Formats: sequence, structure tokens, C-alpha cells
Amino acid sequence: MSVEPSLEGLREEALAALASASNEAGLEQWRITFFGRQEGRMTALLRSIKDRRVDERATFGANANRLKQELEGALEAKQQDLKDAALKALSTDSAIDVTLPGRPQVLGRLHPVTQTMRDCLKAFGDMGFRVAEGPEVEWDRYNFDGVRIPEDHPARDMWDTIWVNTLIEGKRHMLLRTHTSPNQVRVLERTPAPPVRVVVPGKCYRQEATDATHEWMLTQIEGLAVDEGVRMTDLKGVLYEWSRQMFGSDRKIIFHHSYFPFVEPGVEMAIDCFICRGDGRACHTCHGTGWIEILGAGMVHPEIIETAGYDSSRVTGFAFGLGVERVALLRWGIEDIRNFYANDVRFLQQF
Amino acid sequence: MKLSLNWLREFVDVDLPVPELARLLIDATAEVESWETIGAQWDAQRIRVAEVVAVEPHPNADRLRLVTVEAGHGRQQVVCGAPNVAVGQKIAFATEGAELVDGHTGERAKLKLRPIRGVESAGMVLSEKELGLSENHEGILVLRPEAPIGRPLVEELGDIVFDISTWANRADLLGVLGFARETAAITGKAMRQPALSHTQSAHKVADAITVEIEDPDLCRRFTASLIENVSIGPSPQWMQERLQKSGMRPINNVVDITNYVMLETGQPLHAFDYDLVRGKRIVARRAKQGEKLTTLDGVEREFDNEMLLICDGEGPVGIAGVMGGGNSEVSANTRNVLLEIANFRPGSIRRTSAYLKLRTEASLRFEKGLGMEMPEFAQHRALHLFEALTGGAVAAGLVDMYPGREPRKTVVVEAARIEQVLGIAVPTEDVRRILTDLGFVCHFVPPGKYSVQPPDWRPDIEIADDVIEDIGRIYGYDKLPTTMLRGVLPAPEVAPVRELRERVRDLAAALGFQETISYTLTDMARLKRMVPESDTLRSNPLGVVNPVAAQHAYLRTSLRPSLLETYALNRRNIDGALRVFEVGFEYLPIEADLPHEGTVLCAVLGGTRETRWAQAGGERLDFFDAKGAVESLLRGIGVKAAFAPRTEFGFLEGHTAEVRAGKEAVGVVGQVHPDHAAMFDIDEPVFLLELRVEDLVRHLPERPEYSAPSKFPEVRQDIALLVDAAVPAGRVLEIARSHRSGSISISAGLFDEYRGKGVPEGKKSLALRLHFQANDRTLTDGDVAKVQQGLVVRLSKELGAELRGS
Ligand SMILES: [Zn+2]
Repeated sequence: MSVEPSLEGLREEALAALASASNEAGLEQWRITFFGRQEGRMTALLRSIKDRRVDERATFGANANRLKQELEGALEAKQQDLKDAALKALSTDSAIDVTLPGRPQVLGRLHPVTQTMRDCLKAFGDMGFRVAEGPEVEWDRYNFDGVRIPEDHPARDMWDTIWVNTLIEGKRHMLLRTHTSPNQVRVLERTPAPPVRVVVPGKCYRQEATDATHEWMLTQIEGLAVDEGVRMTDLKGVLYEWSRQMFGSDRKIIFHHSYFPFVEPGVEMAIDCFICRGDGRACHTCHGTGWIEILGAGMVHPEIIETAGYDSSRVTGFAFGLGVERVALLRWGIEDIRNFYANDVRFLQQF
Repeated sequence: MKLSLNWLREFVDVDLPVPELARLLIDATAEVESWETIGAQWDAQRIRVAEVVAVEPHPNADRLRLVTVEAGHGRQQVVCGAPNVAVGQKIAFATEGAELVDGHTGERAKLKLRPIRGVESAGMVLSEKELGLSENHEGILVLRPEAPIGRPLVEELGDIVFDISTWANRADLLGVLGFARETAAITGKAMRQPALSHTQSAHKVADAITVEIEDPDLCRRFTASLIENVSIGPSPQWMQERLQKSGMRPINNVVDITNYVMLETGQPLHAFDYDLVRGKRIVARRAKQGEKLTTLDGVEREFDNEMLLICDGEGPVGIAGVMGGGNSEVSANTRNVLLEIANFRPGSIRRTSAYLKLRTEASLRFEKGLGMEMPEFAQHRALHLFEALTGGAVAAGLVDMYPGREPRKTVVVEAARIEQVLGIAVPTEDVRRILTDLGFVCHFVPPGKYSVQPPDWRPDIEIADDVIEDIGRIYGYDKLPTTMLRGVLPAPEVAPVRELRERVRDLAAALGFQETISYTLTDMARLKRMVPESDTLRSNPLGVVNPVAAQHAYLRTSLRPSLLETYALNRRNIDGALRVFEVGFEYLPIEADLPHEGTVLCAVLGGTRETRWAQAGGERLDFFDAKGAVESLLRGIGVKAAFAPRTEFGFLEGHTAEVRAGKEAVGVVGQVHPDHAAMFDIDEPVFLLELRVEDLVRHLPERPEYSAPSKFPEVRQDIALLVDAAVPAGRVLEIARSHRSGSISISAGLFDEYRGKGVPEGKKSLALRLHFQANDRTLTDGDVAKVQQGLVVRLSKELGAELRGS
């Protein structure tokens, strides 16, 4: 079947014009020329079908419609080509320098001590410890007497106390807690029966000179688990899990003997030095011993269990206290504890 | 305490390497902080023991002498300047190449021999300073007479000195014997006892002195002995050496013996010059209020009536357990020595030494609690040494006043309790061995009980768990496996303030603020920069008695100064925007009670917004940045906030708002008054926001208010209103947002505020964008027009607003 000469001419003309269109405007011009609703040549052609002789009408009509479809197809293809070319140009000629800085967005950060605190609480929380807080300004009867450190006991030397200038009946009883242990007593006091399983986070204060490893304001986490069947091996297990979460799953821990009046037995826990891995040479972190002292712990003294109103022959417990700043120093290799409360944003922003 | 390894070895064999011994002691006994090696630099070949066989004058120098020594390989002559060199002495002799400390410069150098004033010298006779033992360069070091000639000095004199901190409940570890016992128990070696034997003269102590204890509650035991006709002189070299290694200065043989026995046993002793004891009578009694005594250190001290004094027939001669008096001190003229060894109530000694601010080697031991049998033991040990080293005659017997005698304690330890506490069973034979090695008497009572008598020197042992600790630490905590807690979990405590505090902390950081933590103690001047006198609660903070520094003397009642200080500090280093916050307590005093620790979020911001290029110098942060942060934060926790102008101390009026939740003020946001900012050295506009977490908690929705998004399209309409300039825009918005008509609601936003050309004087134009929506149908133009009309009428009625351009 041959295409009518008039159709063929239109076809060639249209395709040539389309080929020479190089942008959206050109395409639009082409569309108007050939498919414009009023004057479009293709439109006119289709409109002229009805003027044909009856016997030609069917063939001509079919041919004309075929041509219309072909040209429409060509237009679509051309449009696609132009789009592709434009995109190509976007990724080549208009490529951006992706190494230019991003547009600044604000971003604040939590203090490294807050972050470390939360990580610790999370680790203990996963083992069923609930958070319980207590006051920073305390009575001496909680800070000392309640944890078996009466006045005139040499163990009071272990904590240099900042006393509040308030006299109660002529005597000084108010102080800034030197450790979070008074909250052991407070928690037991308000818990009529075991089990108890809490962690007590908070600030503590010591009357002491500061240096790279000592601050007079410090953050502690006290842990306390009291129930029938709580053993020293459980204490070791809990602290082992915590150590692994904070310092890596290949950590080892050891207990060695220590003394705190409110526990019996009392221990100090050390983790194996993950800096030098115990090669012993001039390590600033473990001083060549291969072990890093990290916290104090022990089994709750039966007297404290009894004071809580529990039967110490059946109920046992453990307690531990750790310094959050020390953990933060170790996990990030920070050299000077005084960085934490100097509040230099240039330091804080890095964590 | 300082512990000499050589001294320790006198009582127990130690064949472990030093680091291993230290590790074992740390694990089981006490904190070995470090150790020092004495003689580490002494070349075993080049520094040896030698004997002085001849001393002759130097031909060319009056001050120098020619000394001939026998060092084991024949005699050698050296030139020596020491005044104390004498024939027959054993001395330390160095040959060429030995590393020594230069006696004049103090530097380490290898010995180079050269002729001195024309005479060749084969080596050098050494002083303590040259050996690095002390600063003493007055004369040469004289060794014990039995020191073998030719023995390397490092073998003769070398030692390890441990620096150990011991626990507050273990006075026995402030003596070498205590460590010997622990070492024996840990390593399984046998322990040797010191020599106690001595002869007694025909004189009886009891005839020479009477002792009375007036206050047996404070003085539980008092023993006295008498040594007559002593020759006061220096103590032997070995004793001096051990005292020095222990950090004590040798004085004379009598004083040195008392110190030596204290260092060995842990029990303090006190020597009086017997002839200075008036009335030949000793009384232990409480001081009279205001009574005075000049102590050995030359300081006059005044006592209260809770302090125990040791007195003679006429008055005080010593503060019991702390320090002796100058009036009865042993001196070069002393002939007869009265030796006091006593036991005092620990708490009393601690109180006395604390009140007098006088902490001595004696008080440190007494306050920890010593065994009641120790005085007698220490007497025998001291008398043995007095006889051997002072030439004195020991009078027969002891005066022994012992009102505090107690029956020996027995503690029952159930084997099951060991397992209950430690979590493991310890074999019976281990329990028995450990306790016996530590000096306990231990009987196993089948089927599962131990009857245990703690040794006298361990008054810290009171209950079964104390014994279990000793078993555990010697048995080894490394034998404990790790187990996990069992049983039911307790119910959590509800702590809404704490939970909200942590959410607020997260939100503040998310909004671009850097968290900071400041010291919670500040000073009055700083506090008052942001706290008005009229706020009587906050302007009267709690003070502390003994602050670490003057600027930390008061518990802060406001976080505002802390944050402004932090801002100022960082402004010195950082250009551009600064946003810092802290969540912490303000400590609000309560009469005769602990203060209220109120949880507060305080944040400060200022500076210029970052530009596209992350450089400072963009638009300045202003009030609306601070307010926007408050709005976002409150939106984050689901609290609806309102703002109203507020006058607040330290803030710029007209630029400060109260933050309200419901009708309650929960915080403040505003520009810090430039005068107050200047007090912190801030010279740019700076904005502060503060929210009280406890007040916010009350406004937390139980759950977020929620409505499903409408399926029908909303209609947007912008209108402009003319209102009086004084009408707060917030009020207009509030009305628009609360306006409803049937099922149609409006959400409204403000998008312009304009005063000036085209707006009448005293008026302002507010441009509002209104979104109309119904949740049951698509709105028609008619619906919208009707609702809008209603709103405009309301705004006109309530606020006198008129629709602009209509
Ligand atoms: Zn290391």
C-alpha cells in the first residue's frame, strides 16, 4: 500500500522540522505548526478526510491517522531525547563541586558526662536496674552514720566533706553528699520488702584540690541489689556485663580487696588495660600494671540490711559506686578531668 | 605506709619477683601504690663492702687523709676528706667507673679517678649522698661491723621500699608484722616472730612508778616499764636505715627503739625521762577545760574536757595517743627511761587529733583500733631492744592497768553463709588454713560450722561476714565465676520530673544548643548579677563552711549566671552563633531542712546566624530565636504555651516574656539587659530562656492530643487586619485559632506585621493566613465567606480590628 504523495510530503517535512528542533520552544513551535487546533497542518489534513470522495475516504483516512500516530510518536521520542540531553548536561556541564561545604544546620550535643551516664544507666537498665535519685545536699546521718561511718571513725578521711553552713540545734548536720551511697539508705528506707534493684546517678562533692584526675564536683552512679540469693558472683557478673558494654566485649575484670564500711566483703574492681593490653611498658592509663582501677563495690553490710527491716540471715545484697567522669576519661582517652566542667564548647562539641 | 622488703623478709621468706608480690598484696591485702628500689644503680662489681685498715695524714693537705682499705682483693689507698673515717670501720668502697651521685652537684656520673693534691687514689669511700641514699654528705656511710668484706653493696644494703596505703579499719597493717602475716597467708610460707627475750634486774617497776586510770572508758589499758642507766647515743646503722626507709628521722637510741617497735608491730610507744616524771606517778584522765601543755613539737596546746591526758604527779606530760609533752622528753641527759605502751578508745584519739589538728604516727594507729594484747607484746619487744642497744637494765615486771579487758570473741561462721555471700563453696581445709595463717583460732564443727576466734590484733572482725571477707580475699576473688541476678524485678519508681528532664535535654540539643555542666557552687556577687534582692529566697543561698575556693562558696539558686558565664567564656573563642544550655538544679533554701533541688533548663543564645559559607556575620539571632526554641521545645513535649510581656530582673523590659502553660508561669524568655550582660563581659545582645521542669510536668498531656487529618481539602484565605499598635498579635491569633463554626475549624498563622506608610498612626497591620477546613465535606466559597465574616466580626468586637482594604 502506497502512501499518498501529499501525505508523504507532509511526513518528510514534519520529520525534518522535528529533527531540527533543539529545545522545548522549538518543539512547541513544531507542535503548533502541525498539530495546532486551528491551523495545524496535520489537523487540517485530518479535517479534510471528510472532503474526500467516498471511495477514497477509508484508505485516506487510515493513512492520515497512521501518519498522525507516527508524528506524535516522533514528537514524544524527540521530547525524551531533549530531556535526556538536558539531564546529561545537568550532570556534566552543570556538575557541582560536592566538596563545597554543606549549608550549616544547627546541631547541639549532649555533654560527654551526660552521654556516658546514659550509656551506663542503659547497661544497668538492661539488667533490670531502675533509676532512683536522691538529694545532693544531704544529712550527715545518711551520708555517714547510715552507711556505718559514725563521727570519729577514721573512714571519714576517705571523703573530704564540704559542709553546709546551716546549724540544726547548734550542730552542723547538712553537707554536700560525698558519694551516692546515702541513697542506698533512702531507697531501703522506702522499700518495705525486697527485692531492690536500683542505680542512683548524681553529683557528689569532695573538699579536695583538683588536678588532671581529680575534680571536687563529680558524678557517680551507685548500684544496689538486695534480695534473697544475691551473691558476690552476681556482683561480678553485673559489673562484668557493664564493663563489656562500656569498654568492649573482650574486657576482663578482676576484684581485689578493699574497704568501705558499708560493705562486707569490700572490693575494688579493675578492668584489663585496653590501651597497652598489659604489655607493661610505660602505659599512662594503667601505669604498667595492666589493670585499670575503675570502681568500688561489695556485699551490703548485714547491719544495713537489718536497719532496713529485712532479715539479714536470708536477704543479702551488693552495692557498687562508680565515677562517671572516670569512665568518660577512659573510654575516650581524655587526659584531663578538668575539661568536663570548664565548659569550653570547642571541647564539648567533639563528643 | 612505707614497707621495706628486707624488713619483711626478717619475718617471712619471700622469693617472688617484686611486681608479683605487689600484685598479690593488692589483690588480697592493701593498695600497693608504688615501690622504690634502693641500690638499683649500684654496680655489683664496682661498689663493695671494704674495711678501713689504716688512716694517715695527707702530705699536702690538712683536711684530707690517706685511707687504706681492704676490699677483698688486697689493700688499696685512697684520698678521703671525711671527718668520721676511722680504722676498723666497714664502709662502701667504689672503684673507677662506678655510677655515683656527685656530692657537690647532685648529678649522676661515672667515677673517674685522678690524683688529689698530688696523691693517686685507687677509689672512693662513699657518703650516703654519693650512694643516693640521702642528702647527707657530712661524712662517709659506716656499715654494720659484721658486713662481709668484698660483698657487693647492693646485696648488703639494697632494698625495695613499697609505698602502701592501708585501710581505715586495719591498724595492724601499719606494722611490718601485719604485712608479714598477710604475706605468709597469701604465699603459704611460715611466719617468724621477732625476738622478745630480755633479762630483768633486781629493781621492780612497781616500786618505781604507780599508774592510775581515772577514765577507763578512754584508757582501756596502760602498761609501764622502766629501763635504768641507759647510755643515750645514736642507734645502730641498721636501725637508722630502716627508720629512714620508713620515712622517720633517727634521733637517738631510745627514741629510735620506740619508733622502730611501732613500725614493726603497729603499736605506738612513748618514752619518758623517768627522772622528769614528778611524783613518780602516772595518771590517765580527761583534761580540765582549758588545760594546757607544750608538746614535743614546741607548740602550746589547749584541751577540752573530752580529751585524754597522761599526767604525772603534778600535771600533764602528754596527750594520750597523740603526742608527748616537752616537759618529760627523753634527752641526751636521760639516764632512766619510763616506757608507756597503752590502748585508748579509737574514737577519742581521733576526735582529739582532729580538734587539735595534730595527726601523728601514733594517733593514726590508735584511731584505727589496736589489739588489747599489743601493749604487752610491744613492751617485751622494746625491752629486748633496750637491753641490747642502750646498755640499760630492765626493771622486773610490768605495771599493767587493764580495766578494759574483754573476754575473747568467738564468731560462728556457717559454711552455708560463706556460699550465700560469696556464691561459691570454699573447701573446709582452705578455710582452716587461711584463718590459721591469719592468726585466727578456727574449729570446724561438723557438719557445716566454724567456730572462730579472731586474733587480738584484729578488732575489726565482729561478725561472720568479716571472717568471710578474710576467707574470700585470701582464697582469691579470681576464683569467683560471674553469674547473673535471679528473681523478680521490683516495680519501677515513677519519676515524671526525671523523665521530662531527660526529654527536655534531648530536645534542647536537637534544637542546636550545646549542653554544658557548670559547678553548682558559685559566689554571691555572681549570683546577684541575675537575682534581685527582692527575691528573698534566691538572694539568700545556702553557703558552705569550707568551699574549695571563694568563688564556690554558695549553692546556686539560679542557673542564669552559670550560663551567661559559659556564654562569655566561649565568646572569646567562637565567632558567630552561640547556643548553650544546662539542665540542673537550683538549690532553694528551706528553713531547718534540706533545700529544694529544683530542676531547671536554662539556655543562652546570641551572635550572628551562620551564613551559607558557615561563616559568622549573618543576621543576628534575636528574641524570636529564643522564643522559637521555647515554642519548639514545648511543642516537642506536647505542652501548649502562651507568652505575655514580663518585667524581670536582669532582663530588658519590652523584650522579655513570661512563658505560660495554661494560666501558670513556667519560665521566662527574653533579652538579657545589656547592663547585666556587661557584668559578664558580654557586649552583644544575648537572650536567655529558662523553663522550670517541675512546673512543666503538671501540664504534660497524658497522651498527645490527636485528630485524624481531614479527607477534604482545606481552603486558604489571606486577610489583613488593622488593629491598635498595642494589641498583641498573639491575642489575634488566639481568637482566630479558637474560632469554630459548626464542623468548620480555622488554623491561623501570622505572616506579616507592618506599621508605617498606608497604616494610620497608632495602628498596625497584621497579615493572617487562614486555613478553613471541615472534616465532613468539601467547603464551598459560601461556607468560607460565612465563617470568615463571623471571625472578623468577633475580632472587631473584641479587639477593635477592622479588615484592611475592605
Ligand atoms: Zn596499660
